[in-house]
Amino acid sequence: MSDDGVTRRAVLGAAAAGAGLALAGCRKQLVDEFVSTRLAEMDRDQVRRFVGELETRYREQYGRDVHVADTPAEEGVLFAYGLDLDRCNGNRKCVEACVEENNQSRGGTGHGAPIQWITVLEMDKERGVDLDHANMYYDAEQVPREGHFYLPVQCQHCDNPPCTKVCPVEATWKEPDGIVVIDYDWCIGCRCCMSACPYGARHFNWTEPNLPAEQLNPEMHVLGNRPRMRGVVEKCTFCVQRTRRGLYPACHEACPTGARVFGNLLDPASEIRQLIERKRVFLLKAELNTRPSFFYFYG
Amino acid sequence: MSFLRAFAAFTTGSIRVVTRGSVAYFAWMAALLALVVVGAIAYSGQFEHGLIRTGMRDPVSWGFYIGNFTFLVGVAAAAVILVIPAYVYHWKPIKEIVLFGELLAVSALAMCMLFVLADMGRPDRLLHIVPLIGNMHLPSSLLAWDVVVLNGYFYLNLTVVTYLLVSWFRGRDPDKRFFTPLVLFSIPMAVGIHSVTAFVYNGLAGRPYWNASILAPRFLVSAFCSGPAVMLVLLQVLRRVTKLDIKREALSKIAELMAYAMFVNLFFLGAEVFKEVYSDTHHLKHLEYLYFGLEGHTALVPWAWTSFVCNVAAFVLFVVPRLREKALWLNAGCVLIFAGVFIEKGIGLVVPGYTPSVLGEIYEYAPSTTELLVSAGIFGIGALLFTATTRVAIAVVRGDLRLEAETQAAAA
Ligand code: SF4
Repeated sequence: MSDDGVTRRAVLGAAAAGAGLALAGCRKQLVDEFVSTRLAEMDRDQVRRFVGELETRYREQYGRDVHVADTPAEEGVLFAYGLDLDRCNGNRKCVEACVEENNQSRGGTGHGAPIQWITVLEMDKERGVDLDHANMYYDAEQVPREGHFYLPVQCQHCDNPPCTKVCPVEATWKEPDGIVVIDYDWCIGCRCCMSACPYGARHFNWTEPNLPAEQLNPEMHVLGNRPRMRGVVEKCTFCVQRTRRGLYPACHEACPTGARVFGNLLDPASEIRQLIERKRVFLLKAELNTRPSFFYFYG
Repeated sequence: MSFLRAFAAFTTGSIRVVTRGSVAYFAWMAALLALVVVGAIAYSGQFEHGLIRTGMRDPVSWGFYIGNFTFLVGVAAAAVILVIPAYVYHWKPIKEIVLFGELLAVSALAMCMLFVLADMGRPDRLLHIVPLIGNMHLPSSLLAWDVVVLNGYFYLNLTVVTYLLVSWFRGRDPDKRFFTPLVLFSIPMAVGIHSVTAFVYNGLAGRPYWNASILAPRFLVSAFCSGPAVMLVLLQVLRRVTKLDIKREALSKIAELMAYAMFVNLFFLGAEVFKEVYSDTHHLKHLEYLYFGLEGHTALVPWAWTSFVCNVAAFVLFVVPRLREKALWLNAGCVLIFAGVFIEKGIGLVVPGYTPSVLGEIYEYAPSTTELLVSAGIFGIGALLFTATTRVAIAVVRGDLRLEAETQAAAA
């Protein structure tokens, strides 16, 4: 076995917790021996080696051919999402597509509840956007219900993200193309970010996730949809494994009403920029100054 | 003889002190040990299956563990802050008050750290958050700051108590030039650990229940109630079993100060309630959930009122001189105040912050059996630690544990 990321990550599990303080002086050496390297600190070669090890591990574990990308952010790109509230009818096709694309836990006995990165809220037209009276457990077979409208919520990839700054170990951060990502191998599962997120976008693996091999999506990204482990946080990554290859996010493709828009905010010709010009824009909890990259359109 | 050799003799002597005692003492220690074993078994289940064994879920992602942590930070802080009135009012055995206050702080902090560990999704990655080894996200993360100040405070107190005990053990007077600056430094540190812990919650703009500036001040004043409650009981025990001249007036004074602290605590609560009720925004939901329940979800309501009644009753007992001067009422007040603040911080602070959730969902949290057992186990560890260390400290203070005696015994 080589001595790079994965191996050291495994060793860490066995490292005696208390040993740490006594050796506080020699951080460098200790980092090499016991503590894995954070993805954010790895150079290109280390990332490549790490990704290679991940592929081997997943192939063994799922008995399938997989590809784990490490595509970095492209210069001149700042991703943004748009959602037309007039069109969304609450059918939840986006939720299903997201689960399949992003290898979310299907839940079940011994695996807790399924994990979903998108929550669609049913709201009363008369009340407007009033979260206290929203219903996330409505029946998607019955939509659209008279007198209601639908508001899908997922990670807003804020420009001023309250979640990344609270993380005690810097396991989550905002990439140059605007995507807020998590290093699943560095997260300690303290859930500070879940308390900080005003959108309920972050989800925790309360136990071992359930991802049957035949349902695995083998096209992965190291910062995106690769399988997660128990005890770490996950959330929407704007489908980083797709969007950095020039594809649309899975939820965008799955939406039958055409309510979803995705594109590069820095490109004046992009559809999202056009819509921001033409439509009225609504930002969820704008008063919190999170500055979402997720624009709701209406009118 | 060098400090190290004295320390070694002190250690052997201490082991002897904690391994001998009356039947009652052994029964108490055995009960605690049983609690720890039960807690460890419950924790091993959680370690194997994950935090699914708790009552926490995505909408309520912190619960009893973090609540206990918060409460105990208060106990750790306030035990030491008691040094201030001790200086101001010239309570005589001041060094002893410092000693026992800091011993309590050390045990409380050990429990704090265990509660954080119990709450971690990946305890195997603990090193990621250890200062100097992991990657502390400073200055941005308040939890990272909390780890720094709690560790600092822990080692500071440990140094002071070890120094005082070993000095007395060697029959020497502790050197004021060494320990006074440390004790003085531990006072702002005590305020610090408590404020930083409050700021962990306070800084989250998406959670209006916590995002109120009154939070840190309320934390401090409620800690002024719970920490001294433990100390009051302890000081009475010390009066009995040692020759320490702890005056009745000192005890009564502490109770009086606690009454004022409780008054301020209740006043702050009132200020908060007024603001929320009168402005009647959707922030009110969280308080409503705590005191009246929401849409039939009323799990916290009996606890919230119990806490309120305990706090008010303790205030009355402590503010009336005739009552607080009677040992019975004094101790009843201590129990009431401890229970009141424990509920207030342990459950009343954390859970309503999440209920309703940021998307308006009401998930009714209740601690699971695993959470209760693990927590009981951690309190067991804390109580074991505190009992053992106070026992040693009492032996040293009484002069039963002395270096000469140890060396003579070794020679014989
Ligand atoms: S749960 Fe993980 S990502 Fe979130 S704050 Fe804690 S360590 Fe950071």
